[in-house]
Amino acid sequence: MESVSNTPEAPNARTPGSEASDGEPLVAVHGLTKLFPVGAGPFRKPSSFIHAVDDVSFQLGHGESLGLVGESGCGKTTVGKLLVKLLEPTDGEIVFRFADDSVAPAADDPWDSAAIRGRLLRSFRRRVQMIFQDPYESMNPRRTIYDIISEPLSVQGMGDVQYRVDRVLEILTLVGLAPAGAFLFRHPHELSGGQRQRIAIARALVIRPSFVVADEPTSMLDVSSRTGVMSLMQDLATELGVAYLYVTHDLAVARYMCHRIAVMYLGKVVELAETEELLRNPLHPYTKALLSAVPVADPGRRRQVPDIRGDLATPIDPPSRCRFYERCPAATERCLNHPHPPIEEKTPGHLVACYEV
Amino acid sequence: MTTPVPVGPIPTPEFEVELGRGRVRFVLARLRLMWRSFRSGWGIFMESRMGRLSLFTIVAFALMAAAHPILMAFVWDPATYDPVTGYSFDQVEQPAPPSWKHPLGTDPLGRDVLSQLLYSTRSEFVLGITAALVTVGIATFVGAVAAYYGRLLDAFFMRLADLIIALPAISLLIVLSALFHLNLFYLALIIGVLGGFGGTAIILKSQALSIKVKPFIEAARVAGGGDFHIIFVHIIPHLLPLALLYMMFTVTSAIFAEAVLSFLGLLDLRMSWGIMIHTANTGGYLLGGTRYWWLIVPAGASITLLCSAFYLAGRALDEVVNPRLRRRND
Amino acid sequence: MTDRSDPLLTVDGLSLSYQTRQGEVQAIRNVSFELARGSALGLVGESGCGKTSVANCLMRLLPDNARLSAGRVLLDGQDVFLLTEEEMRLQRWRRISMVFQAAMNVLNPVYRVGQQIIEAIETHNVEPTDTAARERVARLFRMVGLDPQLMERYPHEFSGGMRQRAVIAMALSCDPDLMIADEPTTALDVIVQDRILRELKAIQQQLAMSIIYISHDIGAVAEVTDVVGVMYAGRLVEMGDTADVFQTPAHPYTAALMSSFPSISGERRPLTNLPGEPPNLSDPPPGCPFHPRCAYATDVCRTEYPPQVKSGSHWAACWHPLDVTLVPQS
Ligand SMILES: Nc1ncnc2c1ncn2[C@@H]1O[C@H](COP(=O)(O)OP(=O)(O)OP(=O)(O)O)[C@@H](O)[C@H]1O
Ligand SMILES: Nc1ncnc2c1ncn2[C@@H]1O[C@H](COP(=O)(O)OP(=O)(O)O)[C@@H](O)[C@H]1O
Ligand code: SF4
Ligand code: SF4
Ligand SMILES: [Mg+2]
Ligand SMILES: [Mg+2]
Repeated sequence: MESVSNTPEAPNARTPGSEASDGEPLVAVHGLTKLFPVGAGPFRKPSSFIHAVDDVSFQLGHGESLGLVGESGCGKTTVGKLLVKLLEPTDGEIVFRFADDSVAPAADDPWDSAAIRGRLLRSFRRRVQMIFQDPYESMNPRRTIYDIISEPLSVQGMGDVQYRVDRVLEILTLVGLAPAGAFLFRHPHELSGGQRQRIAIARALVIRPSFVVADEPTSMLDVSSRTGVMSLMQDLATELGVAYLYVTHDLAVARYMCHRIAVMYLGKVVELAETEELLRNPLHPYTKALLSAVPVADPGRRRQVPDIRGDLATPIDPPSRCRFYERCPAATERCLNHPHPPIEEKTPGHLVACYEV
Repeated sequence: MTTPVPVGPIPTPEFEVELGRGRVRFVLARLRLMWRSFRSGWGIFMESRMGRLSLFTIVAFALMAAAHPILMAFVWDPATYDPVTGYSFDQVEQPAPPSWKHPLGTDPLGRDVLSQLLYSTRSEFVLGITAALVTVGIATFVGAVAAYYGRLLDAFFMRLADLIIALPAISLLIVLSALFHLNLFYLALIIGVLGGFGGTAIILKSQALSIKVKPFIEAARVAGGGDFHIIFVHIIPHLLPLALLYMMFTVTSAIFAEAVLSFLGLLDLRMSWGIMIHTANTGGYLLGGTRYWWLIVPAGASITLLCSAFYLAGRALDEVVNPRLRRRND
Repeated sequence: MTDRSDPLLTVDGLSLSYQTRQGEVQAIRNVSFELARGSALGLVGESGCGKTSVANCLMRLLPDNARLSAGRVLLDGQDVFLLTEEEMRLQRWRRISMVFQAAMNVLNPVYRVGQQIIEAIETHNVEPTDTAARERVARLFRMVGLDPQLMERYPHEFSGGMRQRAVIAMALSCDPDLMIADEPTTALDVIVQDRILRELKAIQQQLAMSIIYISHDIGAVAEVTDVVGVMYAGRLVEMGDTADVFQTPAHPYTAALMSSFPSISGERRPLTNLPGEPPNLSDPPPGCPFHPRCAYATDVCRTEYPPQVKSGSHWAACWHPLDVTLVPQS
């Protein structure tokens, strides 16, 4: 049996807000905000706003894998879509620094996400890709596997048919679908969920991007195919030097996939630390609750009851105090009367947004 | 990247894709794939009785249309049998009932009814198919564009569609044909445009809307595809089956509209099924009950049969197109 | 009534197949187990290994293409498949109830949630009056951790977790002896899942009810159940007390399933990758169905189905069990 080989070594301990020592980060996100209008019509002003992503900052190094964890609806996918420019932010900036800049802007020049348009957008798409959550809906059922995987190459006008066939066969072999030729002219519905997710990965990686947003790539998969896809993504990361933003609601999966984990709650990043540090020493009350809610397969162990009240709300025009206040077991007077706590470094590389830590 | 690219023929279940001499083989493999999906659709179509019946009728009419020029060239003397200018001198009284020389009799002006019927079949096909192509071409494009861009463009096209639906098409056509001399081509164009910007556009738009929100559209955008790519490669192919269905229904309504307008004598056509009935009517023969049946029944029955055949073809195509009905056959 | 020490449920040599175009899918093959009163049984396995089919058999809710080829299901000594449809309808909900995999779709969107449960209670005459039924629902709501005032709300006003709890309240509404929960928390977030698991466990102990908990999440099953059965390719391949099975798995499939499961506790051990996919159940491999994926497979595994090895209540069907304290029965 093949095992998920690489243990992430020397995880990037760069911290948001501080300049990294060994070169620039690949992605630097600062104050990222996305509001969705509620109840707006063509001629009607929105009555309120969903604060899907609210003042989020983090950095991601070259080849690093950052996990984004949180409950459903907390804004994980929205962050991912903002990064790949499927959505435009309401506020804040995203700056990319790609290592191998052969196209403008020149090497080492920062790419400000807001300024990426037209021709620049095309070369941006060669460097930043996304793997979608649902392997069933994210592929056009009428197109063949070859069409799907070669789409980034063909819309970018890269190479002739022969070149694209070669690239597609190469990447199919790489994602473990063999014999590759047998898959070229199949349709997605003729493949299993695990095979489809491999196709989705192949599509994202066929143009060799530097950065991939992976939105819950394993959540729709069965146990057996899930491990396969997880180890595949890790192997490809080391082999091709891809950096991932790995969106998931499963902390256990994030543990195996990510160097660092950011925990989101209602549009805010509430804690960010190296993976093992976060799991062993969670500081934010929400992270603690989240960790203690994961069932363990060890019948001898008794978990403690997660210390959290109430249900997840929707962040429609939230009050300015701490987002977690209503559910927080540690809340104090101070939390009630102050704005949402800023995210601060409590121990080296461990950031928390909470007054009581 | 060091992973070796496999060389030489790679066995595939259905076809051999040979690298090296790629292109031709590659295109061939795709054609085979299209052929396969066509065959499975064809199988489903022919499995339904409606499908077989409609196809049989349409082919029969097509053969009739094709037969007319051949008969005129080799068998029939134009002086007697021309559908418009011919005159049957050997008959004492016009209209004459069916006989060996005139299997469907002659009309009040002494012209051969069978020749008229066959000659008109071709015009009906040209009219129906032109109108249908125009409708579907416009509706697919309008539907896809309105759904994809939304907002003002959508609002504009949808209000336009509402307007067209609110206007009774036949009365509009009556007015137009009274004002202008409409020939077959302009009639087809008008029916096509009315259908294309009208109801069919709304139906195709709502289909396009359900495609637009699918994650594979976002995936295509992340791949770098622009608006043009997304509309033509991802949205329109999903509309085509439904468009084909509405093409069938448009043929039906075009033939029917022609019949009504011709009956009222408003069209500038040489000959058509509607004109045949019109001629019988202006001579007062419609009031004669069944005595002059050969003046009305051939044209009337042809209108009914061909219209229903296209309608049934549409219904049978529905089974092919509709994935819910199709899954049963997979 | 029967003796309390008798098992509540006995499944004996159950085999079920589905007739499909691809041939006969052998979804359940020779499954036997007993379930004591007040205990919780877990069924684990990859998707498509027959878990839901077993549950549907117990409820006798089988699609038309299903065929029961052998075996019996005894509920309190009564053969479920010998009841008439009407008798069975009364048994469902009262004796045996089920929380379905797609529980979200069970609630009717146009009725208030409370009303739907009251109707279930009244059809089975569990409570004499409407007010009594209403009070019962309020009690059930509190039991599953919902505010009784939510009874007056419509399903779409509930979140996923709240709907799931309402469905559980509905399944409990007629005091069943046995409740089957098929992947009740798969679509939910961990915090919500944690609450529902706790509530299920508490209610089960409080009402001395039996539960069959179906999931592919080993962690959840380990926490909720007393006894666990591992299914592979339509067969029960290992069964025993939950602690025994998960601490010393005997069947290589169980071990592979467990080690491919990422965990947040303890050391970060490498995950093993279970190669391949479950077999096609319309053409299962000969011998042990797991042999194409098994690291321990030998020739005998490829030809003959393994006998049971046993130690106390813990058994496995394997030629080379990992836990050597399990021995063949004579
Ligand atoms: N296009 C949109 N219009 C309006 N609201 C939106 C839109 N997309 C997302 N939202 C809202 O923004 C919030 C965050 O959504 P998002 O999809 O990012 O959540 P998520 O963390 O990815 O959840 P999940 O785990 O369920 O995928 C939610 O409240 C959601 O309802
Ligand atoms: N109605 C049906 N018709 C045909 N095959 C079915 C039907 N229901 C289930 N199956 C097949 O039976 C097998 C077991 O399915 P199921 O009991 O749903 O498994 P699980 O719940 O463990 O995922 C699968 O191969 C599935 O495809
Ligand atoms: S700031 Fe206060 S309310 Fe917010 S998480 Fe910390 S203790 Fe809880
Ligand atoms: S019987 Fe053989 S193939 Fe089957 S699980 Fe045991 S060792 Fe593996
Ligand atoms: Mg999401
Ligand atoms: Mg199931």
